[in-house]
Amino acid sequence: MRREHVVGPPTRHHPREARDYEPGRFLKEFPLHTVIREDGTADPDEVVLPDAEALRLYRWMVLNRALDERMITLQRQGRIGFYIGSIGEEATVLGTAAAMDERDWIYPCYREHGAALLRGMPLVTFVCDLFGNGGDAMKGRQMPCHEAWRPGRFTSISSPIATQVSQAMGGAWAAKLKGEEMVAITYFGEGATSAHDFHTGLNFAAVRKIPVVFVCRNNGWAISVPRERQTASETIAQKAIAYGMRGERVDGNDLLAVYAATRRARARAAAGEGPTLLECVTYRIEGHSTSDDPRAYRPAELVEPWKRKDPILRMRRYLSKRGALDEAQDAALRDEVREQIQQALKEAEAFPAKPPIETLFADVYEEPLWQQREQLAEIEAAVAADPRAANPRHSDA
Amino acid sequence: MPTMNIIQAVNDALRIEMRKDPDVVVLGEDVGKFGGVFRATQGLYDEFGADRVIDTPLAEGGIIGTAVGMALYGLKPVPEIQFADFIFPAFDQIVNEVAKYRYRSGGQYACPMVIRTPYGGGIKGGHYHSQSPEAMFIHTAGLKVVVPSNPYDAKGLLISAIRDPDPVLFFEPKRVYRAAKGDVPEGEYAEPLGKAKITRPGNQVTVMAWGSMWHEVDQAAREAAAEGYDCEVIDLRSLQPLDLETIVASVSKTGRAIVVHEAPRTCGFGAEIAALIQERCFLHLEAPVARVTGFDTPFPYTLENEYLPRAPRILKAIREVVAY
Repeated sequence: MRREHVVGPPTRHHPREARDYEPGRFLKEFPLHTVIREDGTADPDEVVLPDAEALRLYRWMVLNRALDERMITLQRQGRIGFYIGSIGEEATVLGTAAAMDERDWIYPCYREHGAALLRGMPLVTFVCDLFGNGGDAMKGRQMPCHEAWRPGRFTSISSPIATQVSQAMGGAWAAKLKGEEMVAITYFGEGATSAHDFHTGLNFAAVRKIPVVFVCRNNGWAISVPRERQTASETIAQKAIAYGMRGERVDGNDLLAVYAATRRARARAAAGEGPTLLECVTYRIEGHSTSDDPRAYRPAELVEPWKRKDPILRMRRYLSKRGALDEAQDAALRDEVREQIQQALKEAEAFPAKPPIETLFADVYEEPLWQQREQLAEIEAAVAADPRAANPRHSDA
Repeated sequence: MPTMNIIQAVNDALRIEMRKDPDVVVLGEDVGKFGGVFRATQGLYDEFGADRVIDTPLAEGGIIGTAVGMALYGLKPVPEIQFADFIFPAFDQIVNEVAKYRYRSGGQYACPMVIRTPYGGGIKGGHYHSQSPEAMFIHTAGLKVVVPSNPYDAKGLLISAIRDPDPVLFFEPKRVYRAAKGDVPEGEYAEPLGKAKITRPGNQVTVMAWGSMWHEVDQAAREAAAEGYDCEVIDLRSLQPLDLETIVASVSKTGRAIVVHEAPRTCGFGAEIAALIQERCFLHLEAPVARVTGFDTPFPYTLENEYLPRAPRILKAIREVVAY
């Protein structure tokens, strides 16, 4: 039975979708803003950073890349259990973070360790987090790449997707209520735009003009699901329209474009003009994490064009065209970064392999309840009686 | 000393803490000008303004996510979830974020807050306005769970909860929101978390409950007394931290225990209490620990009086446990 016969006479054909939806409309309305062209040239009007600062951030991108590559190798060697990197997305991570003020809070997703390091987290502390050893600031409680760094106002990472979006908004709201100029920045992938916390975070922020910068690191993939299967929107930035906030789309592989857009968004937020949804268009060159092999779901030819858009390559061309970096300096910088990582690894390996057993029960509550006290005594007695109680498998003893 | 009901006591506690500490903020749906659907925040908007008594958009996950951000930044948020049944859209934020923040950041951050929510049945609310989800949160390390049964405790425990360094879920028994009246001191006083209250001393059987079920237990104990049974009644008040000492001392004395709650029986908090009693009081027990609880069904509408443990069911359990 046709539906019209049940509900009454057929209504006029709905012309709305055909009339209002023009393919390509939002791609035009939210143009991809780029400063550095692929050949490394840039519009002189858009030089957004002094060369020394651009060079400093270039070095951070190189460190971020070298760190990711080294840690992925470490995972393959079985020395760390897991890694989740940001290869190809360094300009997005560092350009956004560098554009914020020191007093601003960062609410990360899980690919922004470059931002934590930029905010002063010692490299050795980050490496200890990957080992979960006695030097880990998280006391071995989180899987690798779930770091937190309070001195840098870099909050704690959660595996559930998008939870940080509403939290960042709440933090910025608190600062606003206290009359303090703090703008929160929060990161998420395009997959997170499907999650309810994305919606509530943006909606609350727009309604209350909360000073927050929402950064979507649109890297094309949510594990194995491509962007097209995540959202039917042509752009992520256009989602801002529905919430009543500003949206911008920027080339996420262009550090200067990302920096400039974030700086604008921060300035608007600090001026009381409310939040911005910033879409950084980039690409996830590697798998989602070391636990997946992208060859199972992604043809290699999709990746190739993005390798030519590499943010580090582009920045190097830019700096060299401006005479701020020559080949010898670049090679020296890369050696220096590798040495820095090697040194951090060495220092991290000097820590005890595990945090002390009592840390298992600390920080659940400010003071342990009787349950935690009793359970600590239980595991201590068990290990004292038979050390196998603290081993991964009986056969290891 | 003024007489108050639970709603008035909650309101009084919020006002006292907001006056004392400018970082205390209330947020939720309809909590502002309207004063909350149960009127628990009535008048606070007029006194403290829209920046401290915040009407949020309608999204529980967003309310708790906001509160996490606020707490990390140094405010003391007291979010209200309009009915405990609507806490589930915020379940991830509470269980994965609020509860774990201190632990997962190695103690670098904490997000203390008090999540207030009316819970329980008996108000013709059907299953979306009647649930008792306390066990789900007690099961989550990092959260404290408090359930007052009367106005005096509601005020004193809420003040303690707001001052507590850990996140607290504060379940308010809405069935007796207005029916439970009592003397409540003016001004501030704090009832400690983690302390149960023996509301009726006795020697023959220990009957434990919290929230609105305490009223059913009290009635059953009075009826039992008329039949010659000598019940000791404990209002647990604070389920996490739990006053194990009081439970163990009482059951060791009486040799018999009954736990009453209106949440479903399977994996309800009564199961945990029964296990604790078995571990700690086994040699004192004269009878198996009994549970009088809601049933393992969604909360019903028409048959809610059959579902809820009423005094007659509790009285029957008292007779059976003593006769065992």
